[in-house]
Amino acid sequence: MSGLVGAPVDRVDGRLKVTGAAKYSAEIALPGLVYGVMVLSTTASGTSQVDADAARRAPGVIAVMTPQNAPRVDSGGNGAGDRTLMVLQDEVVRYDRQPVAVVVADTFERATDAAAMVRVRYAAAPAVTRFDAAAEYKPASGGRDVDKHKGDAAAALAQAAVKVDGTYIVPVEHHNPMEPHATVAQWDGDQLTVYESTQGVINARRTLAQTFGIPTASVRVVSKFIGGGFGGKGSVWPHAVLAAMAAKLVNRPVKIVLSRPQMFGSVGFRPQTVQRVALGAGSDGRLSAIIHETSAQTSVFDEFMAGTGAISAVLYGTPNLTITHRLRRLNTSTPTFMRAPGEACGSFALESAMDELAYATGIDPVELRLRNDTQVDADGKPFSSRALREALRQGAERFGWSRRDPRPRSMRDGRLLVGMGVAAASYPTHRSAASALVRVNADGTALVQSSGVDIGTGAYTVFTQIAAEQLGLPVEQVRIELGDSAFPAAPNAGGSQLTASAGSAIKLAALDARAKLLALARGDASALIGGAAAIAALMRTGGVETIEGRSDAKPGDDAQKYAMHSFGAQFAEVRVDPDLGTVRVVRFVNAFGAGRILNEKTARSQYIGGAVWGIGMALLEHTRYDERSGRIMTANLAEYLVPVNADVPAIEPIIIPEDDPHVNEIGVKGIGEIGIVGAAAAIANAVYHATGKRVRDLPITPEKLLA
Amino acid sequence: MRAFEYVVADSPAAARALARESGDARFYAGGTTLVDLMKSDVERPGRVIDISRLPLTAIELRGDVLRIGALARNSDVAYDPAVARRFPAVSEALLSGASGQIRNAATIGGNLLQRTRCTYFRETRWRCNKREPGSGCDALDGFNRGHAILGTSDSCIATYPGDLAVALCALSANVIVEGDAGERTVALDELYVLPGDRPERENTLAAGELITGIELRAEPLYEHSHYLKIRDRASYEFALASVACAIELEGGRIARARLALGGVATVPWRAREAEDLLAGSPPGDAAYRRAADAALAGARTRAHNGYKVELAKRAIVRALRTACGGAA
Repeated sequence: MSGLVGAPVDRVDGRLKVTGAAKYSAEIALPGLVYGVMVLSTTASGTSQVDADAARRAPGVIAVMTPQNAPRVDSGGNGAGDRTLMVLQDEVVRYDRQPVAVVVADTFERATDAAAMVRVRYAAAPAVTRFDAAAEYKPASGGRDVDKHKGDAAAALAQAAVKVDGTYIVPVEHHNPMEPHATVAQWDGDQLTVYESTQGVINARRTLAQTFGIPTASVRVVSKFIGGGFGGKGSVWPHAVLAAMAAKLVNRPVKIVLSRPQMFGSVGFRPQTVQRVALGAGSDGRLSAIIHETSAQTSVFDEFMAGTGAISAVLYGTPNLTITHRLRRLNTSTPTFMRAPGEACGSFALESAMDELAYATGIDPVELRLRNDTQVDADGKPFSSRALREALRQGAERFGWSRRDPRPRSMRDGRLLVGMGVAAASYPTHRSAASALVRVNADGTALVQSSGVDIGTGAYTVFTQIAAEQLGLPVEQVRIELGDSAFPAAPNAGGSQLTASAGSAIKLAALDARAKLLALARGDASALIGGAAAIAALMRTGGVETIEGRSDAKPGDDAQKYAMHSFGAQFAEVRVDPDLGTVRVVRFVNAFGAGRILNEKTARSQYIGGAVWGIGMALLEHTRYDERSGRIMTANLAEYLVPVNADVPAIEPIIIPEDDPHVNEIGVKGIGEIGIVGAAAAIANAVYHATGKRVRDLPITPEKLLA
Repeated sequence: MRAFEYVVADSPAAARALARESGDARFYAGGTTLVDLMKSDVERPGRVIDISRLPLTAIELRGDVLRIGALARNSDVAYDPAVARRFPAVSEALLSGASGQIRNAATIGGNLLQRTRCTYFRETRWRCNKREPGSGCDALDGFNRGHAILGTSDSCIATYPGDLAVALCALSANVIVEGDAGERTVALDELYVLPGDRPERENTLAAGELITGIELRAEPLYEHSHYLKIRDRASYEFALASVACAIELEGGRIARARLALGGVATVPWRAREAEDLLAGSPPGDAAYRRAADAALAGARTRAHNGYKVELAKRAIVRALRTACGGAA
């Protein structure tokens, strides 16, 4: 089956999903299962006093878990990347919608009803609820560059023939996956099994084991199907720990499913960023300086920093570069990864500034980016491959960029203003160690196992393709099992790294199995041709029941030699009503070079989804707070706006073929996140082209275009 | 959601009797507003009276009078040929509201009584004079981007959220109400009351009264009516500002005009001064802008809704232009 990898194979789990046969975490049914409903705080700072008498007496209620009776756990915050979880270990409230009690009842409805009877009184404490009011500080590294300096950017900027200098704001956004967070937790003695909507079962297992002070081997985490994660399910959040605590308390399996308003509580969000980007250039547009300073929020009790400015070390060449990151502590839950954390926001600032530089120099925005293309990153490392130039060229051609009159407000469609905008994109290629099992059965079919989770992106499908291709089997003869910590370890489906990591491991495991089959055939490769029937015959002849291929795939040293990133270009066309300030995106073309594409169909879906997210980021998404109290005001899908179908135009992704031998065994760079990088900037730049108004704070809502 | 008694009414009279004897009853038709608010503990009826099966679904044009039963579904009314031809603003308003699924469930009578989207009203953790009389209003100095600038008081700035009522308001619809004394007819803009210092009282319906239908008198003017809705996203969102208007030209001048605003006022907002200014003027942006200025003259803004003044004015100009294009 050579050529299977890359083919637009239908999702192998598609039928399960559309028929409802795929069981998501909230659908797990266990004997004796009872239902937990969290009571969330209504204040951003203080101490809680829970009166649960009425709730305890309500029909069907088994227990109300409060700081008084909650099992003691290690609530974390012990090291880099380790989150502190507010899980009823004390009465202190540090953010709005923090869990302050959990009602457990025999049905979900009765638990919900009793939860409404819990009365909580608060002794208020001062809260930091406004970004501007929070003091700025320099964070610890957290694994990414906090500051980066090359040359003397300030001096170069001062001397530059052309300069632009602006402040760009991306507000708090929430992930809002279709599937809410859900946990089913069950204890069997000291053994804990958790069915969890998570992007990584191994990570969740480690955190849960640490929290409950039990060996990792005593915890099993299962996550078979996920209705969207977007980074929000990359961590263990309080509800998962609370479900396991409640299960311990009532000695029965407990399910907790978050409601949509609770999805705005303790499960993370994209932190607000205020970025200064200053660019200095010669009159020929060549950059002499980039200054990219980010101020972002974190919580009062934990530190989360995204590498917002990192993209400025990658996209363009410049002799002088300054990147800084600072944080401010607010009384919110701790922010987290959200689709292209860092790059999504950083690209809005950098690529808006590049558009401003294009106007300041009078150079076409595509040409300006081509002129500043570079073959090495800010550290002088060569790129393992880099498709920026080709993405810009092909994207511009498909989009019809040459039809654009660069003058603002120069293009019209009836009374509507027409705008065309471009932005560049890049996202780092990550990879972690992973293992996999490929077992060949007596009937010649194969079973693939990895703990990696398919969060809806198509991992089940592409992993099947990888194994099938190596074994010469059609996809129907390969069964795949994912999302169980009992399977060989894989990293989170996050950072666009799961395919690169687990996919490489599966390829190596399949090669291992194939080598064993070849040995059985005494090196006669022709014995393996003919699918399962041929392999079954070979195994029968050799008297072998099963063959197991295993692997431990690790990053090689190429990562030290090369800078590895995906690159792309985003092109947006908008119509703006000049009187009413309404913006609609009418066309979107995006082009990406992201290494080898394993499945064209699922890859296109990722790129289309990235553009839809870009539309939301550019025009709609904005978590609003009541700034006096720090309470969230938009905790539902009527007030927190995401694009609806009417907001989404034709989106045309272009796949730039790329053969990169350095990134990993399967040549992939990851495609989950780059689709949103630069998308909002392309739309904002199109709005500028249409209106002559530069909106530097997202989202671009009508009132910002009325003046 | 609190426990409640669910009863089915088999006639309007029975529905009213069930309501009267309960004291804290709510009529249930499409349920698109009521159920949401019950889930969030804002509405706490002791008794829910299901009126959805009552025979009040007819849409009939008799002579010049269109009568729409209170239980006609929003989508059925929107696509009714007589409505679309004689009262296009009504069709446009209905189709700009909610989603296809919700329009298929929502009823005309219930839609008129749709309650505000003010988050301070819809979450019980806030102070809200509408929800808990006398408790205060946290919206006044809170996040109020969506709040009203017309018809407000120091007690309440909650926006009337609907679209249909705004179109009906402009077209001088009547609401038919059945009570103990029989049927009465109330002008739509007299159905609603300004919040004043009693924002918990939103309409002039007496206890046990039931809306059974609405009446629209067809006039040539209304065939050139128009509804314009401005919002952040292209669909499925409440109005930042909306305009319903109708215009009639005679001898190169505006003979008559009708104008109502949504998304900016505490009730469906008829702009009669603006209508008077338009009458007799030559059509054109100058007259429209004058009318718009008059319509918003009484606007009182808060921290986040100041933009609505200019947005509403521009929406008025645009809507009148569109309606006039049809009337010319």
